[in-house]
Amino acid sequence: MTNSDWQPTASITVLRERANVIACIRSFFSQHAVLEVETPLLARHSVTDPYMEILKGDNPLGKSGAFYLQTSPEYAMKRLLAAGSGPIFEITKAFRKGEQGSRHNPEFTLLEWYRPGFNHFQLMTEIESLVGGLLSCDRPFLRMSYGEMFQQFLNINPHTISCDELSALARNTIDVQMQSAQKDDWLNILLTEIIEPQLGIDVPVFIYDYPASQSALAKTVINDEGILVAQRFELYVHGIELANGYFELTDAGEQEKRFQGEQSMRLALGVEQIEVDIYLLAAMNEGLPSCAGVALGVDRLVMLALQIKNIADVMAFPSDRA
Amino acid sequence: MASYSTNEFKNGLKLMVEGDPCTIVENEFVRPGKGQAFSRVKFRNLKTGRIWERSLKSGETLEGADVMDMEMEYLYNDGEFWYFMEPETFEQHQADKTAVGDDAKWLKEQDRCEVTLYNGSPLSIAVPNFVELEVTETDPGLKGDTAQGGSKPATLQTGAVVRVPLFINIGEVLRIDTRSGDYVSRAKG
Repeated sequence: MTNSDWQPTASITVLRERANVIACIRSFFSQHAVLEVETPLLARHSVTDPYMEILKGDNPLGKSGAFYLQTSPEYAMKRLLAAGSGPIFEITKAFRKGEQGSRHNPEFTLLEWYRPGFNHFQLMTEIESLVGGLLSCDRPFLRMSYGEMFQQFLNINPHTISCDELSALARNTIDVQMQSAQKDDWLNILLTEIIEPQLGIDVPVFIYDYPASQSALAKTVINDEGILVAQRFELYVHGIELANGYFELTDAGEQEKRFQGEQSMRLALGVEQIEVDIYLLAAMNEGLPSCAGVALGVDRLVMLALQIKNIADVMAFPSDRA
Repeated sequence: MASYSTNEFKNGLKLMVEGDPCTIVENEFVRPGKGQAFSRVKFRNLKTGRIWERSLKSGETLEGADVMDMEMEYLYNDGEFWYFMEPETFEQHQADKTAVGDDAKWLKEQDRCEVTLYNGSPLSIAVPNFVELEVTETDPGLKGDTAQGGSKPATLQTGAVVRVPLFINIGEVLRIDTRSGDYVSRAKG
C-alpha cells in the first residue's frame, strides 16, 4: 500500500456526475412505469458459462454448499417475470473473477431491464431513448447485422467462412498466440481486435443477428438468408461494448439443453461443474412471458458520458483499493 | 525460470517472447460479449526496444526472463566496450555498442546509471533523465538580451552536441535533459 491508496480513484466531481446518471436512469424508468426490483447478490446458483470465472462465498444459512456472487441478476429477474412482475429494472452490483483492465473491474454496476411484450428491436428503440439522452446524442443510432458488420470491416461472411480460413485471416492481421478449433474463438478475436475499436465512433451502433452458436439466452431464428441466428444484440459506443440484450429464450426444454451443453463444455475444458439453476428452469416451466431484456454497464455509461478512458476513474474504489 | 499465466501479468513483468526478453508495458483484459477471454499485451523487446502487441488466450503462460535492473557506476570506454561497476561488489560488466546505444553520448565517468542485465550481462542501459556536463567547445559567448533567445551548438565533455543559448561559454557546466537532448539550464553550484 502507498500513502494515497486510501483515496478514491474517481474525483468527487465525477462521483457527483455518476450519481446524476443513476438518478436519470431511475427517473426514466419511473416515467415509463417500469418497476425497480432488487435480487440477491449471493445465491445458491450461478451461470454455467464455462468461460466466466465465478466468485464463491460461504453459505449464508450456515449450511453446507457454497453460494455464488452473481455475475448478473438475469436468472432472478426472470423468476420475477414468471411470477407476473410485468416490466422490471434493476441497478445492481455484479461480480466476475479476474476481469480487470481499463474497461473491467471484478465488481461492477449493471443496469438490467426486461420488457414483456417487446421484441429485441422494440427494446433497442427504448435503449436508444435512454442512452441517447444520457450521452446527449441527438442523431439516430445505427443498426447493423453481425453478417453486415464482418462484410463491411473484413469483407467476409462470418456465417459461411470455415474455421481454417478464419484462423488464417486472424493470424495474418493480428499477432495472436492462440490455438483453437472453435470458429467462435476466431470470430471473437477478430471482432474485439479489429472491428470493435471502429464501432460506434460517429453514432452508437446496435449489432444484431449473432451466430446461433453465440446465442447464450437468446431465441434463435432462421433469418432472410436462411441462416440460423441468435436474436441477440450488442450496443457499441466509441468502440466500447455498452449493452448486451436478447429476445429472451422462453422454452424451458431448450434452456435445459443449453445448460447441458455448457456443462459438457465445462467437462471438456476441465472446469469445475456447478449445478444448473433449478429455480430458473422451474420458473420457465411455469411460463416466462415473451420478453426482451438487456444488461448495460453503468460504469461504462458514465465513462462515455464524461469521456473518461479508465473505469477506475468513474468508481470510488476499484477492487485493488476495495 | 518460472512461468507466468496471463492472470499474473502486470506492467514491468519480464518475459521471454519468441526467444527475446521482453517487458510488459500494457496489459488489457478483453472479453468479447460471450466466450473465451483474452489478454491484449503490449511488450517492449528489451534487446531492440521494439514495441510489440499480441493477444493471448486467458490462462496461457509465458516463461519468465532472467532480467534485472541494477544501478551501477560508469567507469570508462576502451573504444570497443563501455565498463560499468556494481557499487556494492565492485564487480565489473562490459557493455557493447548495442546495449549502450545512443545513450553513450551522455555517459560521464563516475556517473550513476541503470544497467539491465540479461542472463548476467548488460542488455541495455538507462541514463538519468538529467545529466550535468561541461562545455568543451562552443563559439565565444555573446553578452546582451538573454531573454530574446537565439542558440548555437556546443560540444560537451562526452562528445554530445547540443543547442545552447548564445551566452554560454566554454568551461561552464550545463544541465541537459537526456530524453530530448535539450539544454535545461546552467548547473547550480
